[in-house]
Amino acid sequence: MKSFEFFEPTTLAEASRLFAQEHAQLLAGGTDIVIGMKAYTETPESVISLQKIPGLAGITTDADNGITIGATTKIREVELSEDILQHHTALAEGASEIGSIQIRNLATIGGNIAHASPAADTVAGLLVADAQVGIAGANGERTVPINELFTGPGQTVLKPGEIITQFRLPTPASGSHYIKHKIREVMDLAFIGVASAVNLQNGVIKEARIGLAAVAPTPIRATEAENLLKGKTPTPDLLAQAGEAAAAATSPISDLRCSAEHRKEMVDVLTRRTLQHALDRAGN
Amino acid sequence: MAKHPVSLKVNGDEHDLLIEPRKTLLAVLRDTIGLTGTKEGCSTGDCGACTVIVDGKAVTSCMVLGVTASGKEITTIEGLASDGELHPIQQAFIETGGYQCGFCTPGFIMASKALVDENPDRTEEEFRHALGGNICRCTGYTKILEAVLQAAEEIRTTS
Repeated sequence: MKSFEFFEPTTLAEASRLFAQEHAQLLAGGTDIVIGMKAYTETPESVISLQKIPGLAGITTDADNGITIGATTKIREVELSEDILQHHTALAEGASEIGSIQIRNLATIGGNIAHASPAADTVAGLLVADAQVGIAGANGERTVPINELFTGPGQTVLKPGEIITQFRLPTPASGSHYIKHKIREVMDLAFIGVASAVNLQNGVIKEARIGLAAVAPTPIRATEAENLLKGKTPTPDLLAQAGEAAAAATSPISDLRCSAEHRKEMVDVLTRRTLQHALDRAGN
Repeated sequence: MAKHPVSLKVNGDEHDLLIEPRKTLLAVLRDTIGLTGTKEGCSTGDCGACTVIVDGKAVTSCMVLGVTASGKEITTIEGLASDGELHPIQQAFIETGGYQCGFCTPGFIMASKALVDENPDRTEEEFRHALGGNICRCTGYTKILEAVLQAAEEIRTTS
C-alpha cells in the first residue's frame, strides 16, 4: 500500500474541506478503499476517516419523517434493524446479501452507495424506498433523490468535497422484496439485483416501485413497469406484463459473470417473483 | 509519512503504539505486537483467516486500518483461553477434528465465537450460512461445523 496522510476530522465541514483537496479519499468502513489501496488501484495522498464525526451513524425513526439511516451505519445494522425489516424489507434483504458477516460489520451503507457500483446490494432496496440522499459540502447541505444520484459506473452527482450524510426513507411500503441473482450463498457479487415494493389499498395496487441493479450503467427504476401496475388489481398476467416492461427498460452488458441476454431474461423473471412476494407480504 | 499514536486493548493488554496509517490492523497485530495467531490468507476479505473480534463484532482485520482501531477492544485467538483452560469452541475443534492444516482455524474460531456470543441458538443451516465468510482450503467443513455445533450446545446448556 502506498503511504498517505491520515485525517480524522470531527466535523463534516472539516471533512468536506479535506475531501475537496486533490487525491483525497474518504474512509468509512474501508472494505472497498483498503482493498483498492492494497491493489494500487487506489493511491490517495490523503485518507479522511468519517469515524470520529458525531451523528453520522445510526438508524432513527420518527412519525413525520419515517426512517433515517446515517451514512456510516454498518450494513449489519441495516440488515438487523427491526424498523427496516418491517417497513423496507427489500433493503434489509439487500444488506444481508453483502459479503460475509465480518464484512457487513465493517462496511457502511454510505460506502455501498458512494462507491456507485451498479451491482451494489443496498441500491435496489433504496430505490424502491424512494430514498432521499442527504449530502453535505462546502455550500451547505442538499438532498438528491437516490434515482438521480448515479451518472455512470462509479460515478455520481457528488461534487468535490461533497459527502453523503444520510438516507431518508419517508414512505414505508406495505410489502417489498429483493432477490439477488448469484451463484454462491454468500461472498458473491450480484449477476443482477431486483427489488419490488408495493402499497395496496383494498386489493388494488396504489403504488409500485421496481429497482434494478447490474442491468444498466447505473442502478435504475423500471418506471414503465411501475405505471402499468398502478391502479390495477394484481393478476399473474399483469405481473407478466410488468416483468416484460422491466426487462425492456434495461441495457445490460455481457461480462465474465453472465451474458446480457441472461441478465435481461432474469429481470423479467425476478421482477415477477419479487412483485408476487411483495404483494404476499402486503397481505394480498 | 507521519506515524500516528494508537492505543489498542488487545486481549486485555493495553498497547500504546506509533504506527503508519497504511498498516492494517492485521499487520499491527502480527508484526508490531507479535501476535501471529491471526493469519493472513487472501488479504482481500474473502477468506476470513484474519478474523478478530473488535468491540464484540467479528471483522476481517486485513480490511481495517490499524489507526482506525485506536481505543477499541480487540480479541484475537490468543485471548480466548483463560487460566490455561481452552475456550469451549477451541476444545470442540480439537475433539471433533475441526482442523487439518490449521491455517484457517483461528479465523473460524473467532468468527464462531462472535456468532455463539450473539446467539448460540442458531440451527445448523444458520451457522453454515453465517460462517460463509470463512474458507478452509483443506475443505474440512463437516468437522468444523460439528465443532461449532458442539460448542454452541455446550454454551447453551451451561449458561
